[in-house]
Amino acid sequence: MKIAEIEKHLRKFRIGIAGAGGLGSNCAVCLARAGVGTLVIADFDIIEVSNLSRQYYFNDQTGQPKVLALQENINRINPEIAVIPFKVELNADNIQGIFNGCHLIIEAFDRAEMKEMLIETTQVKMPGVPVIVGSGLAGWGKSEDIKCRKIDDSLYICGDETLETTGELPPLAPRVAIVAAMQANLALELLMKME
Amino acid sequence: MKIVLNNREEVFERDVMTVSDMITLKSFSFKLKIIKINGKLIPRDQYESSFINDGDIVQMFYLMSGG
Repeated sequence: MKIAEIEKHLRKFRIGIAGAGGLGSNCAVCLARAGVGTLVIADFDIIEVSNLSRQYYFNDQTGQPKVLALQENINRINPEIAVIPFKVELNADNIQGIFNGCHLIIEAFDRAEMKEMLIETTQVKMPGVPVIVGSGLAGWGKSEDIKCRKIDDSLYICGDETLETTGELPPLAPRVAIVAAMQANLALELLMKME
Repeated sequence: MKIVLNNREEVFERDVMTVSDMITLKSFSFKLKIIKINGKLIPRDQYESSFINDGDIVQMFYLMSGG
């Protein structure tokens, strides 16, 4: 397949991104640059200066809702990519409606409890939609510990599955971006196999 | 009983066990995890009441905060 055909193929798809922090913002930009046609991005949060250590935002965007700033940033990269922003806190009742029609979902939350909630909800309510989870990205170094793993056709996991963020082990741009890019890369792999 | 846990064969010296038993026996101590038995997700509040049987395929991974 030549690049024009690949772009034409990827343009057909819609990906849901649950969270627009470190994982979500970097993953969304990767997918947009690669040419995935529609990105549905949900996050309730506002950009703070501390987010700029790893999230795909700029200093002059602090105070803005993340989903709107991300829409603007993606629009500046490629205005042909449709971004559908939802400034909401995702929960077990609204996930299905917001991500309805998505071919796959990127789990990009910060808190493990939210990751659990998204997985439990999608496994029950959206069983045919693959979910790519990020788990384990704190600190620095140890690039070789970060992996992708298939649980089954509906569930994949990217990360080192070991290091949780703490005060001494913060999330920093390189490892967060590695996991985000691996999630995006796996998403492309799945999309290229879809009709 | 013999099961496949995360793609590896594991033998347990008992005929049947709950998900909670397996967590204790394997020292899966980290609080938040995803567990699937034969492809079906077991929610956290059903670890006590869900049984693992001989020949089951069990998948487990930890959920780490950070993102």
